Amino acid sequence: MSIRERLSGNEAAAIAMKQINPDVVAAFPITPSTEIPQYFSTFVSNGTVDTEFVAVESEHSAMSACIGAEAAGGRAMTATSANGLSFMWEMIYIASSMRLPIVMSLVNRAVSGPLNIHNDHSDAMGVRDAGWIMLFSENNQEAYDNLVMAHRIAEHKDVLLPLMVCQDGFITSHSIENIELIEDDKVKEFVGKYKPEHYLLNAKEPIAMGPLDLQAYLFEHKKQQAQAMINAKQVILDVAKDFEKMTGRSYSFFEEYKLEDAEIAIVCMNSTAGTTKFVVDELRSNGIKAGLLKVRVYRPFPAEEIAKALSHVKAVAVLDKADSLNAAGGALYTDVTSAMYVNKNQVPTVNYIYGIGGRDTKGDDIKGVYEDLQKIAQTGNIENPYRYMGLRG
Amino acid sequence: MSECKINKDTPWQELTIGGNIYEAGNAREFKTGDWRSVRPVFLSDKCKQCGMCFPVCPDNAIPVNKEQKREDFNYDYCKGCGVCAKVCPFNAIEMKEEGDC
Repeated sequence: MSIRERLSGNEAAAIAMKQINPDVVAAFPITPSTEIPQYFSTFVSNGTVDTEFVAVESEHSAMSACIGAEAAGGRAMTATSANGLSFMWEMIYIASSMRLPIVMSLVNRAVSGPLNIHNDHSDAMGVRDAGWIMLFSENNQEAYDNLVMAHRIAEHKDVLLPLMVCQDGFITSHSIENIELIEDDKVKEFVGKYKPEHYLLNAKEPIAMGPLDLQAYLFEHKKQQAQAMINAKQVILDVAKDFEKMTGRSYSFFEEYKLEDAEIAIVCMNSTAGTTKFVVDELRSNGIKAGLLKVRVYRPFPAEEIAKALSHVKAVAVLDKADSLNAAGGALYTDVTSAMYVNKNQVPTVNYIYGIGGRDTKGDDIKGVYEDLQKIAQTGNIENPYRYMGLRG
Repeated sequence: MSECKINKDTPWQELTIGGNIYEAGNAREFKTGDWRSVRPVFLSDKCKQCGMCFPVCPDNAIPVNKEQKREDFNYDYCKGCGVCAKVCPFNAIEMKEEGDC
């Protein structure tokens, strides 16, 4: 029997880590993810886990320690947010290029400045091309479930890439929800033992990792990373299938909420999807065919699948919780529109930048977007595709 | 798969991931002598075999034979740092620009 619990998103992440019981956790506190290593360190102190907890002096060191631990042959995890992730930047690329399946909890927060500690996705968007698998979580349950699935995906021999599980800072990280935990022994069995093929502490095989990689080789090694990201797509689906067998909870690249017969659709990630579902239900009760596509797997980007899922609608709005400041639109928008163009599914599509720096996103804001979409669906006119939701002025 | 077989023509599918090297002692295969801009020249008639030079060589590029006597430089690895010339008490090592005779 699974266990019903009331947990915040951070507690849910920490409990997933407790059940995974990794060899090493190295972390430095930063709002709003601080509680994850904080809760985890109590599990270490109480002897609930036998993890080596490294209280490092910075996030750069946190990721470096994870890299060292993972290269040595251990399973390493960490948690961070915003500027903590920025400080890891250099090592984020080292981790993925050394093909180390480190798992991180990223509690999304605005990257300063001006100084802000509240939720948006600018931290995650900053590392979207760094070669990490990126899973997004609507609520506490998904933040927990994604972490339980993480190692099976990251450590798969066809993948061997680091993975981050994103959730919205404060909105889910500090909100308490009823969630369903899986029993400890079931998680242990599901995640399995980490048995790397090659690792530094193997006395029988002295190896060198991360060597000089100049003009004749780096290109090919990047292609290998790119191929691993392509391979990850099937592995993500396979792991989700096994997870569903265990829990009954089903996951894919994205969730289609009343999208099948929808005429207008919103694409978004993380907690905003919850608000959008509420609005979709309301619109549906008034006979408006609204739908939602909630992206769970942002990297690898399921381009073909998203383009197909949206091909029948008359107008789409992509919501970006980070502005790319590029005079063209947010990252999710440019990814979705390019996916549709390449797959020859041209649907009028607009972008809304929203929720920056923790700006509250209300049901009425989302409703306003669906009203805009109804007009676009009727007329086909898009005067300006690069828009804002909830901005003054 | 041994990385000994890996070279500049190896397709991406056959490279080890992350450039990992699954064998020890492979620095031998990376000949760094062409980094050199100045070259030490061994003047054997001035050399007293005092043994000062070879312990300071960072690249182990001064071979020592079974009689504990140094031989001529191994230019496959000598980067031309000049430390050996500096420590030689008998001016038996002369640094010359590469390209000069």
